[in-house]
Amino acid sequence: MRVNGAVQSLEVEPRVSLLDVLREHLGLTGTKKGCNQGACGACTVLVDGERINSCLALAVQYAGREITTIEGVATGGQAHPLQEAFIRNDGFQCGYCTSGQICSAIGMLAEHRAGAPSAVTEHLAAEAVELSGAEIRERMSGNLCRCGAYNGIVESIQDVAAGHADVLAAAR
Amino acid sequence: MTQVENRPRTGTSGPVVGRPIDRVDGVAKTTGAARYSAEYPYADIAHAALVHANVTRARITAVDTAAASAVRGVLAVITHLNAPPMKPARPVNLVNLSTLASGSSVNYLNTDEVHWNGQPVAVVVAETLDAAEEAAALVAVSYEELPATVDFGAQEPHATPQKSTAISSGGATKGDAEAALAAAPVSVDLRFTTPGHHHNALEPHATTAAWDGDRLVVHEGAQNVAWVRDQLAWKFDVPPAGIRVIAPYVGGAFGGKTMIWPGTILTVLAARVTGRPVRMMLTREGVYRAVGGRTPSTQRVALGADADGSMTALIHTSVTQIGRVGGGPEQVTSQSRHLYDAENILVQQNQVTLDALSNTAMRAPGESIGTFALEAAVDELAYELGIDPIELRMRNEPARNPIDGKRFAHRALREAYARGAELFGWSDRTPQPGSMRDGRWLVGMGVASAYHPSWQFQANVTVRLAADGTVLVRCGFHEMGMGGATAQAQIAADALGVPFESVRVEYGDTTLPTGPGAGGSGQTASVAASVVAACEKVQRTVLALATGSKDSPLRGQRLADLRARDGGLYRTDDTRGESYAAILGRAGRVSVDAAVGSDTRLGGIVGQMRFLSKFLLDNRRWVKAASGAQFCEVRVDPDTGEVRVSRWLGVFDVGTVINAKTASSQLRGGIVMGLGMALGEETLVDPRTGRIMNANLSDYHVPVHADVPPIEVHYLDEPDPTMPLGLIGVGEVGITGVAAAVANAVHHATGRRVRDLPITLDKLL
Repeated sequence: MRVNGAVQSLEVEPRVSLLDVLREHLGLTGTKKGCNQGACGACTVLVDGERINSCLALAVQYAGREITTIEGVATGGQAHPLQEAFIRNDGFQCGYCTSGQICSAIGMLAEHRAGAPSAVTEHLAAEAVELSGAEIRERMSGNLCRCGAYNGIVESIQDVAAGHADVLAAAR
Repeated sequence: MTQVENRPRTGTSGPVVGRPIDRVDGVAKTTGAARYSAEYPYADIAHAALVHANVTRARITAVDTAAASAVRGVLAVITHLNAPPMKPARPVNLVNLSTLASGSSVNYLNTDEVHWNGQPVAVVVAETLDAAEEAAALVAVSYEELPATVDFGAQEPHATPQKSTAISSGGATKGDAEAALAAAPVSVDLRFTTPGHHHNALEPHATTAAWDGDRLVVHEGAQNVAWVRDQLAWKFDVPPAGIRVIAPYVGGAFGGKTMIWPGTILTVLAARVTGRPVRMMLTREGVYRAVGGRTPSTQRVALGADADGSMTALIHTSVTQIGRVGGGPEQVTSQSRHLYDAENILVQQNQVTLDALSNTAMRAPGESIGTFALEAAVDELAYELGIDPIELRMRNEPARNPIDGKRFAHRALREAYARGAELFGWSDRTPQPGSMRDGRWLVGMGVASAYHPSWQFQANVTVRLAADGTVLVRCGFHEMGMGGATAQAQIAADALGVPFESVRVEYGDTTLPTGPGAGGSGQTASVAASVVAACEKVQRTVLALATGSKDSPLRGQRLADLRARDGGLYRTDDTRGESYAAILGRAGRVSVDAAVGSDTRLGGIVGQMRFLSKFLLDNRRWVKAASGAQFCEVRVDPDTGEVRVSRWLGVFDVGTVINAKTASSQLRGGIVMGLGMALGEETLVDPRTGRIMNANLSDYHVPVHADVPPIEVHYLDEPDPTMPLGLIGVGEVGITGVAAAVANAVHHATGRRVRDLPITLDKLL
């Protein structure tokens, strides 16, 4: 698999999760283990640009895929706009959910740009869904933050979305 | 591996205390570079997993480890049959507060006794995490089960009153509250219940331990690294000086990482047995089984008043739970001694003892659930009287501490309510329940008071001012997200008159001067007091160097006549002065150092005694607290009973605000956890077995993004004259009053009083 642009050749047992491969085999500890059950989102990474819970993914299923972790969202030494926005808006406290929140937000913004509706979208047939606070909160609800930094996270995402930053491109 | 970091962020000069500066660890936390306890690389690391008892009270009759040992990669299966001896839990000794930190009295794997459902009975060590977890599932333990007492509700009638001690009051009275209640023209007499709660810090408890002879390095996300060190030294009978505990980043804690729980001890044991560095992160379920939570409670609040609303009687009693192997009383009635000027007051805390894991501190232990009952009851009294709930509070706002007449160090609840009511639009509220609607949604608005005592602990600090004008602050305090390093850098920068960017702060390591634990919302104030004192010592030394030279414009000056600014000391009567660089350079010094507190054995004892005597003296003179007014708006679906919190505003009296950005985040965090307490969080315990039934984040409902509206936080920003820099800690006050404000708003929307948390939709239908 390719991880953050670099080809990684690994031999792992079929039972090993993508999360454990990242953390224990590749030393990419920026991706966090919060529940190992798909309930908290701390382990969110991007696979070919789509967000997944890496704790629920078996690593062997991702051979040949492009994985992006928090360590890979910056490009050419330039921080991802979401990383900067999180600092500016205090979108974290302890920092443990932050990697997952940022990766999830990148994936979420891509989903929104692709026209995907959410459970709170009123008009499913609408050409463009306005990314309101309620839309962001709904779409980010798979990522828990026990410190309660939700306001700052949503503001950060709104900042970046409003700036029309090409977040998906920036992620690659 | 000591945490050292700072980021130039301010870009301007002048004082920085009070400015909303970005966190110094922002880059580390947003890039994944920040390392938490399970993330330190060791070449030959082994992995451990726990086996938890699935019985409640028992003796182990047999352990079959054959299948577990046969798993490829397993290095050791450690049980009570083969574990080396460890010392039993240390007796409590108030000269060394670390003795308070035994999570339980059980000597894990040194006993065949099981004391709670979930107690660790074995630890498996293997080459890989998957092998350890597989093998742990194969350890077969046989038990002889013993009778157990586990049903909190059934035990409530057998509760015993908490006895008061010098540092914890179980009950108090003023006048005859029961008689006054019986005679009151208007009264309420109510019963409230709150369930157990779990902290659910996103980082499960994790330990990485590496022995080298009798020396030990431990990475442990802890709220008190010195306590971890001292407890491990005791358990493993090695000198504390040989143990280094490192925890620059703690992935949330909220009280759950204060005590030393079995996972920590058994990881260190596993490393001792196998001779390998060992890492163990508890599973999410394991955190519920092996780390204590908040006690459930039942509470009675009875209030009597004259027709004009003047309170004549205030009664608040509580029952909480303690584990037979540990835990302690919760100060559930704390706020009820301070908030209302009732003529007659009775408060009493009671406990039942269960065969359960120790209860432990969780964000505002006592006040978080105590304010729910009190502040919901006050709202009910307001409706009985037909008086606006804010007005009723204002009519009963005391000038002195109601129960004993002590002075308030600071009190501004009136201002908090006045400001909050205006900002929130309280006057738009029509008091009749069910009278406000938005489309099909029922709209309700509720208020409640927030209250949390302020604490100050011993903090040893060193400050080094270097000849190049940079400053290094060293203190073994803790960072679980409060922004401590940022705040202390701001404080030191202003104390010495240097730019924020010139200050570095080292923390989270037992090799540093011993800091306070992160608890009681006391860390920032405690460290600040010592940082300010150490900076003053530095200035005295600098001034002595300057006045020793006849070339210095500071010659003959006293420190009181000088101001620290622009990287030096300057006279206040004219503009003359000198930079630190000039003074140190002329004196041939590379740095000036100052220390506050001492980590020698004697220094440690002196420090603890000083803390205790200051605490007791302060306690006799003042009532000190953070307080605030919480304003909540809910929308309730009349058909489904779904409650949505649509607006929140809090006005807080927390003294001087060092950093409005990080302080607001802490207060919002407390409010969010309070929303969880109000609407979703509940540790479900099987009353037959005492086993927690929802030990995961799918069934224990913490608030998610969609549950949290924008939360407005405002400050009165008046310094508390009795606290260092006038600041009061903000970590816990935010959660207090929240559940009551929600419950009161739900009543306003629906006419329903829900007195049993959480307010789930089934209770509204």
